[in-house]
Amino acid sequence: MEAILETKQLSHVYSAGTPFEHGALMDVDFTAYRGEYLGIIGHTGSGKSTLIQHLNGLLKPTSGQILFDGQDIWSDHATTRQTRFQVGLVFQYPEYQLFEETVYKDIAFGPKNMGLDEKEVDRRVRQAASFVGLHDDQMEKSPFELSGGQKRRVAIAGVIAMEPKVLILDEPTAGLDPVGVESILSNIRDYHNANRATIILVSHSMEEMARTVDRLVVVNNGQIPFQGSPRSVFQHGAELEEMGLGVPQMTRVFHRLRSLGVDIDPSVYTIAQAKAAILAKRGGL
Amino acid sequence: MALKDITLGQYFPGTSLIHRLDPRTKLIAVLLYIIALFVAKSFFSYGIVFAVLTLAISVSRVPFKSIVQGLKPVVFIVMITALLNLFYTPGEHEIFSFWIFTVHFEGVLSAFFMMMRILMLIAGTFLLTYTTSPIMLTDGLESLLNPLKKIRVPVHELAMMMSIALRFIPTLIEETDKIMSAQRARGADFESGNLLQRAKSLLPILVPLFISAFRRADELAIAMECRCYHGGEGRTRLRQLKYRRADWTVILFFLTFTAVVWALGRLGL
Repeated sequence: MEAILETKQLSHVYSAGTPFEHGALMDVDFTAYRGEYLGIIGHTGSGKSTLIQHLNGLLKPTSGQILFDGQDIWSDHATTRQTRFQVGLVFQYPEYQLFEETVYKDIAFGPKNMGLDEKEVDRRVRQAASFVGLHDDQMEKSPFELSGGQKRRVAIAGVIAMEPKVLILDEPTAGLDPVGVESILSNIRDYHNANRATIILVSHSMEEMARTVDRLVVVNNGQIPFQGSPRSVFQHGAELEEMGLGVPQMTRVFHRLRSLGVDIDPSVYTIAQAKAAILAKRGGL
Repeated sequence: MALKDITLGQYFPGTSLIHRLDPRTKLIAVLLYIIALFVAKSFFSYGIVFAVLTLAISVSRVPFKSIVQGLKPVVFIVMITALLNLFYTPGEHEIFSFWIFTVHFEGVLSAFFMMMRILMLIAGTFLLTYTTSPIMLTDGLESLLNPLKKIRVPVHELAMMMSIALRFIPTLIEETDKIMSAQRARGADFESGNLLQRAKSLLPILVPLFISAFRRADELAIAMECRCYHGGEGRTRLRQLKYRRADWTVILFFLTFTAVVWALGRLGL
């Protein structure tokens, strides 16, 4: 697989030289491959937010490098700015960044900053709006009239409209009801499938991750202790619990069954897998 | 540079002697220090004030670097003041003149003193906010202003407003930082363009910031009412302020210090 985003020995220290000084990242080697759906998981304060803000050049590393398509994003000013368009970042609670008079104008903010012509901006705005399921009659409304969930869709559309090759979303489902969570996740999946874009999803919900991502990166104390397929990461159940992360409920149930003496493979993490494993154990129905 | 690094007289946690003083003591000391600074007239008395300031900074163990950092934003004002003093102070000992400007020896002196005065004033007051948490500061202020309640000054309400305002400075800075990052991620550019373009580019920050500030104010008001807040009447405190021996010593020290500087001024020194 070909790497699209890489960090090399990335370190970041906040408030250097004051009593508040703390290292948020220490020599992190991180890779995102082209077209993959990657999950970053970590506890609050683990350094995951710091990591993603480096990936599109919002934070400058204290030491180390960030490569996009093999090029150092800090090599010159133009490259840094270009990277911000190529690597879209949706912050946590992005609805608090809306500011324009209409939904349309807000979504168009990113593409306009890219210097695209009006026709292209229009095409991108409409397409981004359809990805997140916004209707045409909502486009001329003020974003502040919308409900919380709809505001978030507008904010996500604002980043998708830049058509980034890598889309990073920091806890995009935080504070939404289960229906809202499902629909946002499926919107993101649509974008992933349509543009063969790389998605980096940040979350601390193991269930959500287990269902959605191809590969998981665990961030803890500014380092990456584990990465790999969800199945392989969840095998470190005990260590994950120690980091305050835990494993999906299904995995926990199966670990428990095993410790009770049932000879069963504990590396399941979805209900479908659990069903298959139990059926296999019973030798079919 | 992140916005977070700007010091707006932020509290600098510590356990030094100055940190542990009663906030009222520190307020009184700063007041006396400011009086001393304004009655100082000569190199000698400025020297004394400077020595006291350096002593206080070293006792507080606040890094000297942070104090200097705090002075940066006022450099511009200081320069203007110094220049005005330099050119507009009449005197007898002319140094040089060009066009309509004449520089006198007295002007140089007065510019220097004015510069020192402003810088030391700010460094001194910063030391207060560096070593006293905002809550302690407003508690102290409220307690010192208490006598004014008799003439119906809403002291408690003012103190509460102040502590809320102070409490929200870091929150709003953080919020601004976050919104700026979010807009920058959408390609907003705050650094280039002419004045009008730059002012326009602030809109994507200001609108969300105001909305969130109003939202926070609303939520805070509701939360306070839910806990039956109804002003200062009959309200008791968890932290009682109490003068200790160190407080009396410090107050006495500053009284003497200000008296000495004032006396020196009267003696023309």
